Amino acid sequence: MLTCKQFLLELNSYIEKTLDPQELAELHRHVSECPNCFVVCDTTEKTLRVFKGMECQPVPKGIQARLMAAIEKRFKDKGGCGCSGETTHH
Amino acid sequence: MSTTPVSPAFDEAALVARAKAGDQDAFNELILHYDRRVFRMAKQITENDDDAEDVLQETFLKAYTHLNDFQGNSKFYTWLVRIAVNEALMKLRKRRSDKTVPLDEPIDTGEDEVVREIAVWDQNPEDVYSREELATILDQAVQSLKAAYRTVFVLRDIEELSIEETAEMLGLSISAVKSRLLRARLQLREKLTRQFKKKGEDAFAYL
Repeated sequence: MLTCKQFLLELNSYIEKTLDPQELAELHRHVSECPNCFVVCDTTEKTLRVFKGMECQPVPKGIQARLMAAIEKRFKDKGGCGCSGETTHH
Repeated sequence: MSTTPVSPAFDEAALVARAKAGDQDAFNELILHYDRRVFRMAKQITENDDDAEDVLQETFLKAYTHLNDFQGNSKFYTWLVRIAVNEALMKLRKRRSDKTVPLDEPIDTGEDEVVREIAVWDQNPEDVYSREELATILDQAVQSLKAAYRTVFVLRDIEELSIEETAEMLGLSISAVKSRLLRARLQLREKLTRQFKKKGEDAFAYL
């Protein structure tokens, strides 16, 4: 029987199912019988889910405007096309 | 120069091809599609709006200048992220060189993973908090991580790069990425559980 510490070290592999079936079954047995590890596993999965669901906020208008202005300037400096010629390091 | 209208569906490869041919509108469209993701990542790594803005600008300026070097072997965004990560890490190293461990230095990977808060969550946080409140909570949680953990978490779990890509971009071994990712996830779980746990469920320690 795995200890909680052993389970925890394999938590990511368990969540991502990147182990062979026998190892996964052993981890699954532990988490089924250990309420603490069940909660840790469950709340870790929820943590990942909430981050994955996080919407990407638009770039603030002022920052975006300065970005587009910098790109516009670069286009003009390079005669409208940055790709037909040399690559320039700054 | 191509005058093909942009289809309503975002066609990355076509836009890149047009941008390479000198079509400024196509490059601008790529910017407007990806700027928020680059900016978010830059902000999460540098923890600073001004640095994030610099990273954002440098990333797209370099992408523009070196567009011919992009061979299409990876997704355009992966190529862009690589530029952005390098820029963000440079900012971070410059600013923090005197007070934190370098990102490529081995860190303690002992077995004392942090698990103190063991409590079920009350409800889905998405149902309890507004989008803005939730975004603030998550941002603060990520920013409370040490840079060594934060960078791995941002690349792997927010940008959804593979373990191998994360390792390569950060100059770390696969095993270092894995152990840092475990730490990062457990620390975030800990912080979020404090915030989201069911009322009346007190923390208790185990392990």
